[in-house]
Amino acid sequence: MLLLILIATPFIASIIAALMPANARNREAWLAGGVTLSGLLITSYLYTQVGAGEIVRNEFAWLPDYGLSIMLRMDGLAWLFAMLVQGIGLLVVIYARYYMSPADPVPRFFSFLLAFMASMLGVVLSGNLIQLVVFWELTSLTSFLLIGYWHHRADARRGARMAFTVTASGGLCLLVGVLLLGHIVGSYSLDVVLASGDLIREHSLYRPMLLLVALGALTKSAQFPFHFWLPHAMAAPTPVSAFLHSATMVKAGVFLLMRLWPSLSGTPEWTWLITGAGLCTMLIGAFVAIFQHDLKGLLAYSTISHLGLITVLLGIGSPLALVAAIFHTLNHATFKASLFMAAGIIDHETGTRDMRHLRGLYAALPYTATLAIVASAAMAGVPLLNGFISKEMFFAEALAVGSAHNWGMSIAAVLMGIFGVAYSLRFIYVFFGKQPDDLPKQPHEPPRWMRFPVEFLVLCCLVVGIIPGLSIGPFLNVAVTSVLGDATPYYSLAVWHGFNLPLTMSIVALIGGVAFYIWLRLRYGLIQSTHVPLLGRFNGKQAYENTMLRLSSSASLLEKLLGTRRLQPQLLLMVVMLLAVPMLIVRPVSLLILPANGEFSWLFAGLWLIGAICAVAAAWQAKYHRLAALSLVGGVGIITSMAFLWLSAPDLALTQLMVETITTVLILLGLRWLPPRIVPKELSIITSKRAILRRSRDMVIAACAGLAMALVSYAALLRGPSTGGISDFFLTRALSEGGGSNVVNVLLVDFRSFDTLGEIAVLAIVALTVYALLRRFRPAPESLPIPAQQTNSVDPAAGQTPTQQVETGYLKIPSVYLRLLLPIMGVIAAYFFIRGHNLPGGGFVAGLIFAVAIIVQYMLAGTQWVETHLRLQPHRWIAFGLLIACATGLGAWLLGYPFLTSHTAHYTLPLLGEVHLPSAFIFDLGVFGVVVGSSILILVALAHQSVRSHRLPATTMAPPSAPKQETN
Amino acid sequence: MEAVIAIAMGIMFGSGVWLLLRPRTFQVIIGLLLISYAVNLFIFIMGRLTINQPPLTLAEGTIDPALYADPMPQALVLTAIVIGFATTALYLVVMIGARGLTGTDHVDGKETSR
Repeated sequence: MLLLILIATPFIASIIAALMPANARNREAWLAGGVTLSGLLITSYLYTQVGAGEIVRNEFAWLPDYGLSIMLRMDGLAWLFAMLVQGIGLLVVIYARYYMSPADPVPRFFSFLLAFMASMLGVVLSGNLIQLVVFWELTSLTSFLLIGYWHHRADARRGARMAFTVTASGGLCLLVGVLLLGHIVGSYSLDVVLASGDLIREHSLYRPMLLLVALGALTKSAQFPFHFWLPHAMAAPTPVSAFLHSATMVKAGVFLLMRLWPSLSGTPEWTWLITGAGLCTMLIGAFVAIFQHDLKGLLAYSTISHLGLITVLLGIGSPLALVAAIFHTLNHATFKASLFMAAGIIDHETGTRDMRHLRGLYAALPYTATLAIVASAAMAGVPLLNGFISKEMFFAEALAVGSAHNWGMSIAAVLMGIFGVAYSLRFIYVFFGKQPDDLPKQPHEPPRWMRFPVEFLVLCCLVVGIIPGLSIGPFLNVAVTSVLGDATPYYSLAVWHGFNLPLTMSIVALIGGVAFYIWLRLRYGLIQSTHVPLLGRFNGKQAYENTMLRLSSSASLLEKLLGTRRLQPQLLLMVVMLLAVPMLIVRPVSLLILPANGEFSWLFAGLWLIGAICAVAAAWQAKYHRLAALSLVGGVGIITSMAFLWLSAPDLALTQLMVETITTVLILLGLRWLPPRIVPKELSIITSKRAILRRSRDMVIAACAGLAMALVSYAALLRGPSTGGISDFFLTRALSEGGGSNVVNVLLVDFRSFDTLGEIAVLAIVALTVYALLRRFRPAPESLPIPAQQTNSVDPAAGQTPTQQVETGYLKIPSVYLRLLLPIMGVIAAYFFIRGHNLPGGGFVAGLIFAVAIIVQYMLAGTQWVETHLRLQPHRWIAFGLLIACATGLGAWLLGYPFLTSHTAHYTLPLLGEVHLPSAFIFDLGVFGVVVGSSILILVALAHQSVRSHRLPATTMAPPSAPKQETN
Repeated sequence: MEAVIAIAMGIMFGSGVWLLLRPRTFQVIIGLLLISYAVNLFIFIMGRLTINQPPLTLAEGTIDPALYADPMPQALVLTAIVIGFATTALYLVVMIGARGLTGTDHVDGKETSR
């Protein structure tokens, strides 16, 4: 449980921090500091278990069926890293309180920082590899947000994007690698993976898996050739650089390599890949660092170099090298974080980070200068400081690798040492000499607590450097033992090992470094150099930019080749696929020549002859004669409805008939807003060859589609009655368990009522969408005036004003009849509704009938009249319908049954006798409400568009040439 | 019977597909209506053709499922018809809205340059 608290608290605090006011610098710092400190205390407490060699585990079942659980696990290595993350985190929070200016929006900063810390702890404490990758990507994301914190600056945006692209792509590689690893081992649990090293190393997928995992680790740790993102990430505020880009996030890569060291290392592939990348990085980073002019740039390249050193140690693969790697990780974090903070202080106090201008700061910043000089000395590997001891171990390992014959590794190590001394000298040179007058700000010592983190870290450097065995020894031992287990070698952390070869190398590096630096300054002109010699042309950033450019240009090329914004080709492709794909999958239908088993009816055939003629005629007329096409489609609908009736589906027939009516009215209302399309009178208009070709092609496709549909249907029909389906269940249980003899209705409101609930919800959503879309409806200007047909004096409404229509209605005599018809239609709707459970009818049909009754009123009495006499509120119908339907379901829930369980109540009423009232009946009432509300809402909203345009001023109402609309 | 309804469905579907590939929005909506009839019928006939056997279990006693039409496809089609109405309405509103915004009733929102 403690481990979960450790990760969850910073996440929660991150949300709280984000909600604080923009100027709450102190409160933010207290919150972040408090959370980090408590995390640190918890972690320290856990040492009682971890220090004894135990592994603390917290497991939470997540998807137990798939073997996935949230697994937190803390062993020695994880403990050490957790301490590092939170320790440096606490110092950075204190530092950031003073570093951030009051003008910066600090809630965002501390929120991201805490989220990052939580993610980093998640990486460190994950006991499941997939989970580790998730947190891994979270660190990339938070790092992106933190680098881009000053998002008004272009370099911050670019740096953030670059860092994110590189590390997140690496994270994706890692994910694939981890999936492969899980496939090899059969489990994603870290414990299992660590225990099956031999299995992994001998597996055929070992190489691709190693490559992918290494890609993840190397991108994260800014290793060659992915190192270029780190210097650009320096656009981040300095506390971020100190925390993420020196002490913690970039260490995630090497952490992963350490974590998986027992199961992956020890093969030639591992050594070549990891050592090779590390060696290049180490030398390039150290060399390039010397030639930087930006303080943070120098530190960034030096960080790259030191990460390379750690990677080399891990690549070597001997247990002693691993000890050195873990130890150097800690040492580097302490001195590099302090150096970054010192660089931040210099930047903060002088207003510049350019080493070409900075001189003689010792006079103004004596404390900071002393601290920074000690930290740089640790970085250079001066004896009695922590950097010296781990570098000494590195030299020893380099010697051991090469044995007596091969000195390459040792030479590389010494070279790196020389460069390291040179860039450390370059860094501390800013404190000597005479202070120039042109600094942007006059520097003086920073606030006491801004310096405190640096002081503390430098003190650590000294303590570890002088008494390593007593200070860091036990903790290091716990971490090393957790990785190596019984293979833990004997090692000594003493400062003095006697006069031996590694010490000679250290001395050579120190003297060589000083000499190299003096030579560079005096002979080469280091201060004036504008580019890095030898490696200047090697530009990772340019390669990155080129790659991104190619990516986007090839993406747009692909879009151009394969994409289209035009609808017709898309539909064409869809139809062709719809026809072709089943052909490829299903074997050809072979039983077509079977005799039909049903009797043949001339009447039925005649019915469908009309239907087919209507369909073809509609297709033919749809372009120029919209009204005709609409009527013809209505004809097809009615024939379909009759066919349903013929084929024992009375409910469908009723529904189809009502829907047909409403759809026709609906489209009629829409016709007015379409542009007039007049048949060209002259036959001289020549159809272009392309058009003919296109039409023939479409005709062929349409014919194929029709033929396919006919053949498939025929084949399906000839396969005899279906048996063994679930329909029998419904038929036999409808009356006994659903309390109704109309099986279709019982299916809708009882057996499958959850589906119906979904469907009426869709209906309601569509109706509201239509309503919302129409509120912003802007008709084309030429559709605005009243159509020519309505201005004709034959139309009684032509001369009426809206107020007149309110009183009299639109058509006087028919509207009187229809006013009388409304209650009758209401009764019919009620009749169909009530009998629906036992005989054809039900909520859908009744709702549609009632909607038609209302629409008829609108059509004959006019909108104004209906709306002044009837208060229809379709929104409420929809809302109450949905509420009733849901309440029925919830009622069952309350009584302890599953959602929407139906119950039939039996009552004996006077006059009516015995009445069965199933709860499904109430559900059906909800359906009724939604159907009525939705239909009316859609139709009325559409109809109101015409009314609205009538209210337009007279000038736009009757332009001299009102376009004729021959379709309406 | 089987042949008649199969051919009729083929004709409706074919006409619908033809209209679907046309450039005018109104043609497409009519095409969609025709296709929806054909598809609704297609779902419906999966329960085979039965005449004079509506799924109304009014008889007393045990029920013999073989005497009734298949209610399952009927229930599916019933909601499909209503949802079809809703989507037609949505299409119609988008259609007239697009006409107002783009000034044309071409499906691409602009006339092809021919």
